[in-house]
This record gives sequence, C-alpha cells and structure tokens, in this order.
Amino acid sequence: MIASELLAQAAFIEGKHPQSFPFFGVERRGAPVTAFTRIADAPIPVRTSITEPDIVVVLDASLMRTIRVTAGLKKHGVLLVNSDHPVVGIDKRFEGRTATVDATGIALTQGLGTKSMPIVNTAILGALARVTGIVSLDAVVEAIVKFVPAKIEANAEAAKVAYREVQELQAVIH
Amino acid sequence: MPRMVLSGNYAQSYAAKLARVHVIAAYPITPQTAIVEKLGEFVASGELSAQFIKVESEHSALQACISAAALGARTYTATSSQGLLLMHELLHWASGARAPVVMGVVNRAVAPPWSIFTDHTDTVAQRDTGWIQFYAESNQEVLDTTLMAFRLAEHPDVLLPAMVTEDAFYLSHTVEPVDVPTQDEVDEFLPRRDVRGLIRPGAGVRLGSFTMPDLYEEFRHKIARAMERSAEVFFEIEDDYHRLTGRHHGGPLPTYRVDDADAVLMTMGTATTTARSVVDALRTRGNRVGLAKLRAFRPFPVKEVRQLAATVDRIGVLDRSFTFGAAGAAFTEVAAALYPETHRPALKNFVAGLGGRDLTPKVLEGMFKALLKGDGPEVDWPDLKRRAEVVRHG
Repeated sequence: MIASELLAQAAFIEGKHPQSFPFFGVERRGAPVTAFTRIADAPIPVRTSITEPDIVVVLDASLMRTIRVTAGLKKHGVLLVNSDHPVVGIDKRFEGRTATVDATGIALTQGLGTKSMPIVNTAILGALARVTGIVSLDAVVEAIVKFVPAKIEANAEAAKVAYREVQELQAVIH
Repeated sequence: MPRMVLSGNYAQSYAAKLARVHVIAAYPITPQTAIVEKLGEFVASGELSAQFIKVESEHSALQACISAAALGARTYTATSSQGLLLMHELLHWASGARAPVVMGVVNRAVAPPWSIFTDHTDTVAQRDTGWIQFYAESNQEVLDTTLMAFRLAEHPDVLLPAMVTEDAFYLSHTVEPVDVPTQDEVDEFLPRRDVRGLIRPGAGVRLGSFTMPDLYEEFRHKIARAMERSAEVFFEIEDDYHRLTGRHHGGPLPTYRVDDADAVLMTMGTATTTARSVVDALRTRGNRVGLAKLRAFRPFPVKEVRQLAATVDRIGVLDRSFTFGAAGAAFTEVAAALYPETHRPALKNFVAGLGGRDLTPKVLEGMFKALLKGDGPEVDWPDLKRRAEVVRHG
C-alpha cells in the first residue's frame, strides 16, 4: 500500500496524473494485500480495479507459491520480484521482462523492519524506477523525503541501492 | 492553491480542517478511520484548534455533534455502513433539532455478509432522515463539496445536517491529485459560524421537548421547506465557490453529452468516471449516448431530472443499492419525478456494483446497449454471476 502511494507521489512530482488504491480484505499487518497504481499524462478516466497490468511488482516472493502473479499481466509486460535469486519459469506464457532485487536484504542492511517483517516498500521502488523508467530515481527519493515519516535517509538509501542492484533476466529467446 | 496527492479520506479531513470546525466527535470504522485519524493529528499538532471528543459509539458521536451545534459550534463527524446505521436514531434528531452537522460517509456495504467494500445501501437507507446528501465522484469533489456542505447546512434558511459520501476504496483509499484551497480562500468562502446557537447563557430554552399534535406537523413542515430551499441555496453557494476557486461541479445533476442523446445513463459516485469514458467510446462508434450524475440525492433534483427527461427518450438509472420489495431508490425517485410530465422517457433500472463489485467499462457498456435496444426487464441486475452460469449451462 505504501509503495503504491509513494509511487503515485513520485509520479505526481514528475507532473503526471497518478491514481493509486489498495485492495484488502483482512486488516492485519503482514496479511497479503494488493495495491494498484495508474500513471498517465492526463486525468485518469476510469475507476475500476486493474485486471490487465503493464507491470506487476511482488513484494513477497512466497506469495508466488499460491498466487499466479502474472494473471492478466500483459504479454510483454514487466514482472519485478523481491527475491535474492533469479525467478524463472513461473509462467511459460509470459513473454515479458522479469527482474529481481533483494529488497529484503537491502532493507535489513538499512535497518528497515525486522527479519520476519522487513519494510521493503522503498527499496522496491528504486528497483522499479530502474527497470521500468516509469518514474525517475530522483522522484522516488523526493517522494520518500517528503512523505515517509521515519528513517528517511535509510529509506532513500534503500531505494538507491536497489536501483543499482536490481537484476534483469536476459530475455529468453524462443 | 496547493495541489496535493490525497485520498478521499484525507480530502474529507482537509476540508474539515479548512472549515475550522470547532468540534469533532467520531468513532472509527473501516474504511472511514483515516478521516478522523488525520483530524486527530491536526488537533494534536495544533494545526487545527478544535475539540476532539472521543466517544464510545457512532450514536454518541452524532449526539455530541448535535449538542455542540446547539451551542453554535461548527461540527464534523464521519462514519460508514454499520456505524451510520447505528446513528440512525440520531440522524433524525439532528435534522429535527436543526443542527447543521456535516458528516463524511464512506459508502460501504451493509452486513451480512460482512463486507468493507463500496455500496450505497448505508446512505440511501437514510434518505428519510432530513439530511442533505451529496455523492462524490472524485477526491476533488469530496473536498469541494464538503466545504460547500458546511455553508449550505449553516445557511439561515436551511439549518439542516448534510452528509458528503464517497465510495469505499474507489475514493476513500484512492490517492489522486487534489487542488486544496488556501485557508484564506476558505475563510472568505466560509466565515466562522455566526454563533446563534439555540442555547445561550441566560436564555432559557427547551430542546427536544414534548410536542402536542397541534404543533408537531408544523415542525416537520418547516424541515420540508428548509430542504426545498436548500436546493436553491446550493446554486448560490456553488457559484460563490466557483468564483473563489474556479471550480464548479455542475449543480445537483450535471450532465455529459446528453443534448442529442438517444439514451442517458444516470449514475451516482465513482461509477460516473468510468461511464463517461464509455459514453465517449460509444459515441466514437456512432451511438448517441449521454450521462447524468446524480450528485445530490437529498434534496432530490426533481426539476433537473424533468429538464433532462424532456429531451431524452430512454433513461437508465444505475443504483448501487437495492430497496427490497421495490426497486433501486434512485430509479423510483426518477420515475416519481417524471410521472406528471407529458413526455415520459422509457426508464430502466440497473442494479449493480453492490458490495464493491467492479463497475467495469464492459458492464456499463452493456447497460447503454440494453437501453438503446430497449429490451430486458425494467429492473435488471445485469452483472449477476448466476446469469453467466445459466448461459454457460444452456
């Protein structure tokens, strides 16, 4: 939720029209939630869930054991996963780009959260900026400085490190 | 005028802060909680000088606001769904006591089955309580309408409570850019409440005392007149707001591309945004369709509905709630408004989007198509899953 809101703020800083919203049923910290962000150059003319995203970001790779995270993802879209190892072969039909970043490791190094509950929102945004270019790293950092209530420097650093360290899998040649 | 990325909930909070409310009393309920949390922060930090009264229930929250309003305070509360239902008794009390309380309501489905998602049953069920009701389409509209609601509620000819509603999650938890007026602008638009509270030191008054049959009816009639008058006052207020901020949301029933339309869909809340895109898409394909947004449900814009109907042959009314044993509430109101007219368009009621079900472009397009074809039942639930199964199983 926080990551999607920060992404919206970063896009807004760059003069875009963002629309970001969460979807959750169980209100419990750590429970799986989905959050959506649309970014456009003009006001966004729909208010519906996103069922065919261009980009899917997975903050907890263990969810991929039970949820098909590429469901609806556009064929040539982008999948970004918080993982310390490459993610391959999760969906044969998906022909887009897959990238991974050890957002958990980066967050813990920066003292964000605990081992059982790392706070990976800001790290993943740095990686997202690098892989998709949908917002700049500068805008992500500015959004963090403006809107993250605590450990601002550590969060900004996490985004920067993730920006540097994100790994993209080589495109599979069919 | 600073532009911020705000949720619908925070748009409510900022509006109440800019209105310089004196008293806030509220009880938390998902998805409303963030509204009063933010107001709590404003009060704690000193950005807003107000009494934040912590209460044990929504019933008490509204009671606190009604009492404070009787002293001349500007009051604000917010709730949703079950919380609003618990308030029901006090909703009547607020209008009867002519307490201009402003309340933010996040439209959330009523249990059971338990749900936290959007649905208009909670506020539609309060239509007979004497509250002015506005439904918002965007977070900008939430903020602007809430500011207007304070002025409308407190207008000496009105003195009625007003609620500004927003769809759960589609607005409450959605962040998007919002122009936030400056404090100076709001102070000019909405001066501090002229403290003419019913209760004043030294003056003996009775509130809510026993009334014999020779007078009760007159009290009710005064509310009826005030509600009618509020429709006129609202136009003046929206014009003033426009002068100050450059924004005008189009009165109680703004329309879109209706002039030469063969069919018009009437929507409330966030379904309007998507429906507008559907209108554009269908127009590109040569279908003459239009849209009307029912922004004020109380007072019901009878005059505007009649004006719209005068030039349109088919009107569909989308209700995100249902009145069991009858039809959608907006639909029955539209039908009632049009009964005396000589030109009566064909009416259809679409009941959809309940309990947070997405009103997708496809579902909305289906409504326009059904209207243009003129087939299907008068009251239709076009997005029922059961129907898909029936089709699949032949």
